This record gives sequence, C-alpha cells and structure tokens, in this order.
Amino acid sequence: MATDTIVGIDLGTTNSLVAYMRGDCPHVIPGEDGLNLVPSVVALDENNQILVGNAARKYLIETPERAVYSVKRLMGRGLEDIQQELKMFPFRLADDLQSGEVIRIKLGTRTFTPPEISAFILRQLKRNAERFFAAPVTQAVITVPAYFNDAQRQATKDAGRIAGLNVLRLVNEPTAASLAYGLDKNKHGIVAVYDLGGGTFDISILKLHDGIFEVVATNGDTHLGGDDIDNLLIAIALDDIRGDLGLDVRRNGEAVARIRKAVIEAKIALSSQPSAKLDVDLPGGKKYQREVSVEMFEQMIQPILDRTVGPCKQALKDAGLKPEQVDEVVLVGGSTRIPKVRRLTEDLFRRVPHTDLNPDEVVALGAAVQANILGGGSEITKEMLLLDVTPLSLGIEVAGGVTDKIILRNSTVPASATQYYTTQIDGQTNVAIHVLQGERELARDCRSLARFDLKGVPPMPAGLPRIEVKFLIDANGILRVSAREQRSGQEAEIDVQPSYGLTDEQVENMLLESFDFAEEDFRQRQIIEARREAETILTALAKGKNSPAWQELQGVERGRIGALEQALVEVKDGDDYHAIREGIDTLNQATMRLAELMMDTAVSTALKGKAMDDADLEEGPRAGHPVAKADFE
Amino acid sequence: MVAGAGCALALNFVMTNAESKSSLIVPGQVPREATPSCWSCGTMRAVHFCSSCGKVQPPVPVDYFTFFGFPRKLNLDASQLEKEFYALSRKLHPDLFGQADSEERAWSLEQSSMLNDAYRTLKDPIRRTEYLLRLEGVELEEQSKKATEKARTSGELKKQVVPADLLEEVFELNLHLEELRAQKKLGEDDPALLEEIGKAKLSLEEKYDALFNELKAQWNRWDRLVDSEASEGTDDDRRKILATILDILNRRNYVRNLVRDVNEAME
Repeated sequence: MATDTIVGIDLGTTNSLVAYMRGDCPHVIPGEDGLNLVPSVVALDENNQILVGNAARKYLIETPERAVYSVKRLMGRGLEDIQQELKMFPFRLADDLQSGEVIRIKLGTRTFTPPEISAFILRQLKRNAERFFAAPVTQAVITVPAYFNDAQRQATKDAGRIAGLNVLRLVNEPTAASLAYGLDKNKHGIVAVYDLGGGTFDISILKLHDGIFEVVATNGDTHLGGDDIDNLLIAIALDDIRGDLGLDVRRNGEAVARIRKAVIEAKIALSSQPSAKLDVDLPGGKKYQREVSVEMFEQMIQPILDRTVGPCKQALKDAGLKPEQVDEVVLVGGSTRIPKVRRLTEDLFRRVPHTDLNPDEVVALGAAVQANILGGGSEITKEMLLLDVTPLSLGIEVAGGVTDKIILRNSTVPASATQYYTTQIDGQTNVAIHVLQGERELARDCRSLARFDLKGVPPMPAGLPRIEVKFLIDANGILRVSAREQRSGQEAEIDVQPSYGLTDEQVENMLLESFDFAEEDFRQRQIIEARREAETILTALAKGKNSPAWQELQGVERGRIGALEQALVEVKDGDDYHAIREGIDTLNQATMRLAELMMDTAVSTALKGKAMDDADLEEGPRAGHPVAKADFE
Repeated sequence: MVAGAGCALALNFVMTNAESKSSLIVPGQVPREATPSCWSCGTMRAVHFCSSCGKVQPPVPVDYFTFFGFPRKLNLDASQLEKEFYALSRKLHPDLFGQADSEERAWSLEQSSMLNDAYRTLKDPIRRTEYLLRLEGVELEEQSKKATEKARTSGELKKQVVPADLLEEVFELNLHLEELRAQKKLGEDDPALLEEIGKAKLSLEEKYDALFNELKAQWNRWDRLVDSEASEGTDDDRRKILATILDILNRRNYVRNLVRDVNEAME
C-alpha cells in the first residue's frame, strides 16, 4: 500500500482548511458537513467535550466563556505582547498565570495553551482527511504567516505535534499561495503576494521562473487583519449604543458577541452592496439599528488599510524593485474581497490584481502542492522548487545591550552563521548567549528569541577556550544552534530557554493529555480500519467467486458464504465497530476452504508449467488472503 | 564542477590567525584532506554529490569559490553564478530530501545553507571582495570586531583614519555640518549653507562612484595575476594588490559614512 498521503493545512486566524494533491490538481478536503472551511473556533460543551468549527460557533454567542476564536493571535507570544489583543478580544486568561509562563486561556472550567487549542483544530482537520481517504493521516505541511517569528513558528509546530501530526515543513502563506498560482507553468516574472487575513498581514515579493519560486523580500504585520476591522466597527457600535440608548454593554459578553456577528455580516455585505443594516437585539429588549454606507465604511477602515502600505514599500525597497517592475499581484485572504483593499493594491503596484484564485482556499491548495513536492513530487511538481527567506534579522546581544546582527532579514533559508566565543573567568564551564530577532539596534527593542546556555566547556584559563557556535535557520525558518569547543573538540550541551515557548517536556505532556480527547479519534480509526479490512475480504471473495475453486464448493457452503457476504455489506458502512468485526471474522471462517482450494489451483497450475500470466495467480494469496490475516492492533 | 588549479594551491594555506580572538576566521577555511570517496558507491567524490551515482555527500569545508567551482577571481559573471545557484539548489534543497533518511537530510540542510551563504557573499561585488581579502588573510580594519566592541564599551568613537586626499574636503564639510547642527538647535535656516553642503555631498557621491571604478581596475589586476600562474614573485605582487584593494574599500566606506552623516544632519 502506498505511503500515507501528506496533506497541506492552512491553520488560519478565522478559518482553517486541509487539502491534498490528486494528479495535477490540489483539492480542499471538506468536513463531514460538506463545507471546505472549518472556522477556527473551539468550544468546550456542557459535557466538557471539545467542539471545533461550525459546531463551536454558536457557543460564541450563547456561552462565550466556553469558546475561543482567533487563537492564532496568541501563538508564540508572551503576556506583554498581547496587551493590545486583550483589549480587543474576549480572551479569558487563566487566573493563576505568572509572568514569563506560557499563556493559558480559560474555556469553561479548564485552561489550555494556544498550541493546545490550535491542536484541537488540527485534529479536526486530520479527522476530516482520514475520513475522506479512509486511511490514517500522520504527516502534514502547515502554513504560517511569512512574518511569523521563531517563537510563533515553534508554537505552530508544537500544535502539530500535540495533534499527532508529523509536521514535515512550515510554509509561509504568501509563498504557498504563489505555488497554487504558479502551477500553471507559463507563469514567470515578479509576483507580489498581498495577504490580508483575519489576524496577520504579509507582503512577499517573488521571482518565478522555470518552476523556481524564489522569495526576494518579505514584510508584514502580525497584529493586523480583518479582526481589526471588525473590532473597529464593534467599538463604534458600542459607542453608538452608549450614546443613543444610554447602555454600556461592553462587559456583556453575549451582547458584544451579537454585535460582532452583525458587524461581520454587514462588512461582508458591503463588498457588493452600497449599504448594509446593523440590527442587533440587546439585553433588556432594546434594539440597536444602524445603516452603514460603503463610503462610511471605507472612511472608517482607511487607517487600518493604510498600515499595509509601509510594509509593501519596505519590501519593494529590500527587493530593489520599483512598483512598475512587479508583473503580477496576487490577493490572498478573505479581507482582500473588500473593494477598497483591491483599489489600494492597484494604486500601490500600478496594476489590476489577479483575483481568479479563491482567496480563502489558495493557501491550503498551495500547502498541498508543497506536501506533494516533499512526498517525492509528481509529474507537474517535479520541476518546482521553493526558495524562501527568513523575514527578520537574527542577532546576538553583545556588551552595551546592543544587537549584533549575524543573519540579515530576507536571507534565503537554510542560512547559517558561525560565531566564536571564549570565557571571561578561569575555569568557566559555560557561556550564555542571548539570541534576538528584529531590525532595531538595541537588544531591548528586538524580540527575545531564547537564551542559550552552552554547558560542558572544559575548564581552562580565561580566554583560552575557542567555542564555535553555529546558528542555522532551517527551511521552516526556525533556529537551531550547535556548539563545539574547538581545542578539545568537545560538543557543548545546549540548554535552551525559549522566551515564549513550550519546552519539549511540556509538549510531550500535552500530547499524552490529548489522548483523553482522542477517544473519539481512536474509535474513528478503529472503524475506518475495520471497514478497510471488510472491503479487502469482500473484494477477494468477489474474485474467488470467479475462480474455478468456487465450483468445487458445496451448494450449501456457497449459500452460507453468500449470506454472510450480504450481512457484512450491510453493516460495513455503519458505525457499529463490533458488528463489522464480527462480520469479517465469520466470513473469514466460512471462506477458509475456498481459500485453500484457490491456493491449490494456483500451485498446480504453476506446476503444470503454465506462464505466470496464464495462471490466475493474482487471485491467490496476495489479495488479502482470508486466512493470512494481518493483526490490526 | 570545475575546480581550477589556482584553487587547489590556494587552499594549502595555514590558519595563522587561529590564536587571535577576533572572528576573523573565514567560513570554510580549512586545508583540504585527501579526496574522500562516495559513501554510496565508493567512487571519488566531487564537492556536493558523487559524480558517479548522484547521491548527496556530507559537506566538506571549502571556501565559497570552490563551492561553486569558480576560480578565486574578483570579476564574476553574475548570470553564470545565478545559473549555478539554481542548478545546485535543485539538487541540494531540503525539500527534495523529504523522504530520504535522516543523515542525508542533515547533509542536505548543511550543504544548502552553505550554498545560500556562498551565493549571498559572491553575488554582491563588495562582499565578494571583502571575502577574498579575508580568505587571503587580510584583516579588514573597519570590520574588526575587537575595535567595534572596544568602542562600544568605552563609549569612544572608533578611530577612523581620514583618507589623505580627502583631508581638506572633510575638514571643511565637518565645519559646515557643525554650523548646520547649531543653527538647527536655534531653529534657524540658512539656504546658502544648505547649498554648500549639498554640493559637497554631490562631490562625495561622485568620489564614491569613482572609487568603485578604481576597485574594478584592481579586480582586473588580481585576475590577471591569478591567470598568469607565474610562481616567481607572485606572492609579493598579490600582497600589493590586496593592500591596494583594502585601501580603496576603506576609503569608500569612509566616504559612505560621511554621506550618511550629511543625510542625517540635513533631515
């Protein structure tokens, strides 16, 4: 059986998707409800069961303290970084949270870290794919905003691991989109991907030619997206309500959730209508109603959209290009459906943007293409290669609190740098290094990535050891560090204190805990595997019926087999694992003699010297021989 | 993969700077061992993959020129370099080793990071020049980390030698800039002064460009030397050319910093 399909996953702020490549084309895998988009919403129901997606959405309004959305905004971040988010989103933090600890969010009576919440979403997507393939899915490519820093990327990888997925690669969202766009071999030239999603904004400039997708420069803002537009409108509505109706509903979770829903619907409507009406039921029987015109809307959101201009200009500057030199502009992300956004990109790049691709799905489709490449490639992808870059400069803190940049932003990855250190004190056996990401001069203005403690330096007089430290940013954009004392050849042991991340141990524990929630998964898997086995035996039986051996059976035997076959067919597509299991076992028993007879025929045919082709040998042992049953435990 | 004779000779050189604490060590500067053989089929190996069976090889520390199979010359055909970069990327990139075993994956990771670093360095004319100087054992004054650290901790300005031919110009310009800064503090505005400074800046920018042409002339001298392969008195000639190049780079950096100061003052 071929190796399991590697899937491509878009883990979005607002919606998530899973896709795979079939032949020439990537396809999104729908959920059980038939929909391609899984809202990135997680809720804990009354029975403390986790719900994901559309099923979780109603909790947002009815019992908002049991639900969470846009958790991507919290991934890889510390308490200090999310102050803005806390003001704008109803995130409820765990009561006992210490500073420096990984954030935990309350859902009902339980608390979860952002990677755990993302893992619930990933697990849902995994299940959808497994149901679709009727086979296990264990490997995936997951996309991240190009501007995500190391901690945010690591958090995403952790989420994958907790969900039981081997994350083969993290791909930057604009790059993934360009893959979907560039599947058409005729595409070449300079492409700008403008990706305005729910929570993050990325702009990437790529050079496409001969199947090579080379990112030249990337920039963005990981605190900017459609959510900000929503929040602005909500704030205006809340002010209105206080002014017109004298009500302050800011603290009323349910009211705010209703307003949010109305505001989002209006926003979407305004992409194709000249005006939209807000109509919200408030507590106490009051109603909030307001008409919003497109002009008003565009004026309100102008400052938010303006924030995308700076990064675009910087990216062009880093790429050494003028806007006119861009051949194509590709729009990604639901927010790019807003006509004002389209006009903005038209002005920026002096051309009409390409809007053929579905902005909600293009990233997942691109991830599926990358998954295909990693899996060995197929006809259409075998000439394709992605050359991506690191978005932020990597630096070390040196004397004076200054950042010494060792790998510059927009360097193609994998990229490395080697630094040499020595000791200050006689006999000193470890060296501490503080690694940062960012463009600023002072260490305190950059993002602390981690503190590396190099241990095991052989004791020597001060200044004598020569510790070679190698910094490597891999193809996922994540940093790896290795160190060696050169005089002794001793590998240094590196203790990593991630500034905003989970340690390996914590991830392992979460993975174990996740098995509680994996009950459902396990059950699903059992059923899927039993179904497969049922299908195998039924197929083998169908062939068996066409073989001469069938004729050698008694009529009574044939009748019995036929009845059991029918019974199995009836239960196999149902949800009763035990019924399917029983059906398989009894049919196996009943067809033992048939199997033996078929084996004899095959052997005797071979002995008679017939050509392999002539003898129906493929009907024999190989095709899931009922007696030689695999152990499915 | 072309490894010119010039390359093999140049690699015999000993790391005399090993004892110094500066980060002068140039990536890949290690004497080459006896040619190793392919782990998969036993044939002698080329730098990145076996020329016989095509399997990726563990990375061997080599300098960036050798990595690309280019001679250690300063003139470089940018399009040829790019072509080679893409060709090597297609063979070494980690994405292509998704299904390979962990050892090959590790080698591909190291090889492709070296490929990217090498490409980045050789692609830019100044970086390429500086790299060659370092390979040849020349310490770049401006980039001396020790000097920078010392300057930072002591708070002093790093000592920069003013190029002789610019002495007068620099002196006058600095006076003007002082005046400008003083005026700004008082909120005054002197268009005549700004014009003077503007002209000075233009002159400096012209010098900057001229220096690049001087550099290219030295490139040609160096390359001719490398081509000639004459072993008599070559070392001395090499040192001379390298010293000249270093001087040009330093002067160019000085001018660049000066223009930057002017821009800052004029903001």
